[in-house]
Amino acid sequence: MFTAERVADKKDWIKGESGDWEIIIGLEVHAQVASKSKLFSGSSTAYGSEPNSQVSLVDAGMPGMLPVVNEFCVEQAVKTGLGLNAKINLFSRFDRKNYFYVDLPQGYQISQFEFPVVGEGEIDILPIDADGNVGDEVTVGIERLHLEQDAGKSVHDLSPDETYVDLNRCGVALMEIVSKPDMRSPEEASAYVEKLRGIVRALGTCDGDMEKGNLRADVNVSVRKPGGELGTRCEIKNVNSMRFIRQAINYEARRHIEIIEAGGTIDQETRLFDSVKGETRTMRSKEDAHDYRYFPDPDLLPLKLEQSFVDGIKAKLPEMPDARKARFMSDYGLPEYDARILTADATKAEFYEAVAKGRDAKIASNWTMVELFGALNKADLELEDSPVSADKLGGLLDRIADDTISGKIAKEVFERMFNGEGTADEIIDAQGLKQVTDMGAIETMVQDVISANPDQAAAAKENPKLIGFFVGQVMKASQGKANPQAVNKVLREKLGL
Amino acid sequence: MSELTQLSLFDALDGMSKGNFSSVELTEAHIKACEGGKKLNAFISDTHDLAREQAKASDARRAKGEAGLLEGAPLAVKDLFCTEGVKTCAGSKILGDFAPTYESTVTANMKADGMVMLGKLNLDEFAMGSSNETSAYGPVINPWRKDEDLVPGGSSGGSASAVAADMCLGATATDTGGSIRQPASFTGTVGIKPTYGRCSRWGTVAFASSLDQAGPIAKTVKDAAILLESMSGYDPKDSTSLNIDVPKWSNACGQSVKGLRIGIPKEYTIEGMPVEIQALWDQGVEWMKAAGAEIVPISLPHTKYALPAYYVVAPAEASSNLARYDGMRYGLRVEGEDLADTYERTRTEGFGQEVRRRIMIGTYVLSAGYYDAYYLRAQKVRTRIVQDFENAWRKCDAILTPTAPSAAFAVGRKVSDPVQMYLNDIFTVTTNLAGLPGISVPSGLDKNGLPLGLQLIGRALDEETLFKAASALEDAADFKTKPANWWS
Repeated sequence: MFTAERVADKKDWIKGESGDWEIIIGLEVHAQVASKSKLFSGSSTAYGSEPNSQVSLVDAGMPGMLPVVNEFCVEQAVKTGLGLNAKINLFSRFDRKNYFYVDLPQGYQISQFEFPVVGEGEIDILPIDADGNVGDEVTVGIERLHLEQDAGKSVHDLSPDETYVDLNRCGVALMEIVSKPDMRSPEEASAYVEKLRGIVRALGTCDGDMEKGNLRADVNVSVRKPGGELGTRCEIKNVNSMRFIRQAINYEARRHIEIIEAGGTIDQETRLFDSVKGETRTMRSKEDAHDYRYFPDPDLLPLKLEQSFVDGIKAKLPEMPDARKARFMSDYGLPEYDARILTADATKAEFYEAVAKGRDAKIASNWTMVELFGALNKADLELEDSPVSADKLGGLLDRIADDTISGKIAKEVFERMFNGEGTADEIIDAQGLKQVTDMGAIETMVQDVISANPDQAAAAKENPKLIGFFVGQVMKASQGKANPQAVNKVLREKLGL
Repeated sequence: MSELTQLSLFDALDGMSKGNFSSVELTEAHIKACEGGKKLNAFISDTHDLAREQAKASDARRAKGEAGLLEGAPLAVKDLFCTEGVKTCAGSKILGDFAPTYESTVTANMKADGMVMLGKLNLDEFAMGSSNETSAYGPVINPWRKDEDLVPGGSSGGSASAVAADMCLGATATDTGGSIRQPASFTGTVGIKPTYGRCSRWGTVAFASSLDQAGPIAKTVKDAAILLESMSGYDPKDSTSLNIDVPKWSNACGQSVKGLRIGIPKEYTIEGMPVEIQALWDQGVEWMKAAGAEIVPISLPHTKYALPAYYVVAPAEASSNLARYDGMRYGLRVEGEDLADTYERTRTEGFGQEVRRRIMIGTYVLSAGYYDAYYLRAQKVRTRIVQDFENAWRKCDAILTPTAPSAAFAVGRKVSDPVQMYLNDIFTVTTNLAGLPGISVPSGLDKNGLPLGLQLIGRALDEETLFKAASALEDAADFKTKPANWWS
C-alpha cells in the first residue's frame, strides 16, 4: 500500500538550485517491550543496574544454552499490532540474523525475518509545524512489526585501548515497527513517532522512554522531484528524540539535494546522526553491508497463535489515543490541537482528566498544556517527574475560579508550586497573595491614586482610555492583589465615567 | 576384578541390588580398566576421584533403599555434554579448559538416577566427523585390531571404544547424522538415536540443532533401553523437547516380534557395498523372518538426496551455532591487531580443519544468492524424506538396513578425502533428517574379523517397537565376540 503517489504539501517542498524537491521518509522504530524478563531468558530487564548483573547463561551465549520464548512478550507484540490496526499473523517464525560483534554473544540475533508476528496496518497522524499550526491528517502505512532481541552495549570510553561490554540489555525484547515510506516532511516523521509512542504507552506495551533508548528510530531518507522517480535512500541509525528526528531529516535531505544538484549520486549507506553538530555522517557503506545469512532458528518452534488468544487480547484493549482524542473533543469541548496534545500519551491524558474533573475544561487544558508542559519542557522534565501534581494544579485553578487570586497572581503561585514551595493555598497564605475584594479598602486606594494625580483625573473625563493608567496605579499599590473588576468599577464611579 | 567390567549394565545393577558387590568395587574395577586403556585414547578427561566419591555416596543411598535407575553404575560421558565443574571441550582447542557452571539436562537426569561418572569421552571436534580423527585430542583407537590402528567411527568414537573395551558399562553419545550408530557398528556395540525431542538438548554443545539428538552406546539392547530411559524426558528449557511420558523400554526387550512387519528399502542397496554387508543384511532378513516377523519390500525413493541435503543443512546450522566461539567470553583467545583480526586468529587457531571446512560450507549455503539453491532446496528434500517414511509406515512397522557401508577402517585412510568420509553416513542420515529413532545392533563379523552392525529404523516415538525388534535381532545374531584385550 506504498503511497508513492502522494506528493508532499508545497509548503514542505525544499527549494534547490534546480527547482523544488520533496522528501520521502520511512521509519523503523525499535520499541522495547515493557516486560520484566528478556525475550528468550528469565533475566531481568530493569534499567540502570550494575553492568553484567542481569545476564543469564543464555544471554551470554554459553555452550549448549537454548532460547525459550517469553509468552508475555509475544502477547505485548500482538497487543501493539492490534493498536496499529494491523493484521496479526497466526503463524510467525524466529530467524537468526548472523553477524559478529562483541556485544552479540551468540554470534547471531534472533529476529523475525520472513514471517513477522504482525503484518500490515495503518495509523493516522496530524503533523504540527514549529509554530503550532496543525496540518492535514496523513495516513501512514505500517509494513510490519516483528519481535527481536536487543544486543548488549559496548563501552569504548572507559579505557584508551579496551572496549568494555555490558550484556544487561542483551536479549531484551524489542518490537521493530516498520513504516511504509509514507512520510513527506520532518514534521510528519516526528508526528508519526509521537503517535506510535502514544499508542504503545496507552497499551502499556512499551514505556516510550526515548531518553533511555527504549524507543528509538532508524530513519530512511531520500529525495525526489515532487511526484517524480524515487531517489536512493540513506538510513540514519538510532535517532532518539523527536527533535533529532526532524533535524536529521532536514540535514540529510539537504545533503542529498546538494550532492545531486552538483552532479553527484547518492550512495546507499547507513549513517549516524551527530546531535551535537546536527549532522549525519557515514557509519558503513553498502560495500561493507553484512550478509546476515538469515535462516529459521532451529532451536525454536514456529510461533503458532490461536485466534482465540488474539481475540482475548483485543477484548481487553484500553482506550486508544484516537478514540480518546475524539472523546476529549466531544466531552470537554476542546479544540483538536489541545485534544491531540493531551492524548499523545496515556500519562498526559490521565493527568489532564484529573485536572479537568469538576473544573472548567478549557481553563484546565490551557494550564496543563501552556503553563505546566511549558515549565516541564524548560526544566527538561518528564510529566512523571512533575513537581506539580494534577491535584495541586487543580487546587490552583479552584482559587482562580473562586476569585481568591487573579489569573496573573496565579502564574506567580504556579511558579512557586513548581519550585516546590507547597500547595496553592499554602503559597497564597505564606505570600499574602489573597485578592483584595474588600470594597472599602479598594475605594481608599482608588481615592488615594486620584488625589495624587489630579491632572490625569481631569484628562480622563475627556479621554476615558486613561482609566488604564489608574487601574495600573491601583494594582501597583495593592501589589497586584486588588480584584481588577472591582477596581475598574470603583474608578469609573469616582472619575465620573 | 576384571569380571566386573565384563558385566552388562543390567547384570551389574542386578548384582549390586543383590549385594554381590558394591558400586565402589564396581567403580574401582572400571577405573583400573580405564587406566589400562590409555592407548585407546578414549577419554579426554578422567574424573576418577569424582567417580570414587559418587560410588561411595551411591552405596550409601542403596543402603538406605534409595536406589535409582542407574544406581552406582560407572558410566562415561561424551565430552559434548556440559558437566558442572568438569572440563567440557567438545574435542576442540577453542574451548580450552572450559569448565561449565551448569550440568546438561541429560547428564543431570543420569546423575539423579545414580550414575557414577568415570570421565569425559573423546569425540570428533564438535561432533563433526565419522572416524574420531578430527578431535584436537588425537584419534581414538578401535580395540578390535592390535596390529593396525583402526578408527572406532565417529563422532562418538570415544563412547564406542570405551564401551567395547569394557572401560565403562555404557556411555552417552550424540547423533547428528549417524554419530551413535556408525561407531556402534564399528565396535560391536549397541547404539540408539531416539526420536528427535526425546532427549533434551539443553547443556549439550550444539552441532546442528535440528538434527542433534543424544542417545546411549551400550553393550546390549536392554542396557541401551535402560540408559535411554534415564536420559530421556521433557525439558521446558529446550523448546524442541517433547512433552510426553518416557515408557519402560527395557520391558519391550525380549518380547515377541511375531507379526511385526519389517520393511526392506531397495534404495539402501548401493553400488560398491562390500558383499559381506549385503550378506549380513540378507541374514538379518532371515533372522527376523525366523523370529516371526513379516518381511515387506519397501521404497524410500528420495534416499539418494539425503546425504547431499544433510551436508547442506548440518553445516548451515553449525556455521551459526559455532559463531559463539569468538574468544570473547571463554575458551581460547588469540589477540590480533583489532577485533576482526582477533576473531580470525582465534577461530583459525581454535578450530580444526574439518570444523573450519563445515563453517565455510554452511556460511556459503546461507549466503545471499545461494540460500534458495542450497538451504531451501535441502529443506525441501527433507520434507520429501519425511514423506517417504510416512508412506513406508503404511506397509511396515520398522525398517531393516545396514548401519554403515563398511567395517572400521585404518586411521588416516579417509581423512584426506572428505567425500569418502561423508559417505559413512549414507544409511544413517535419513533418520536424522526425518527425526526418527534408529538403532544399530552388532550382528556379525566381516572376513577380517571386524564387527558389523544392522540398523533398525522406527516410527517417530515408537522406540518400543524398535527395542522389541532390536532385541530379537540381538538374540538371533548371538553376537558374543569381544576384542581380545591387547591394550592393557
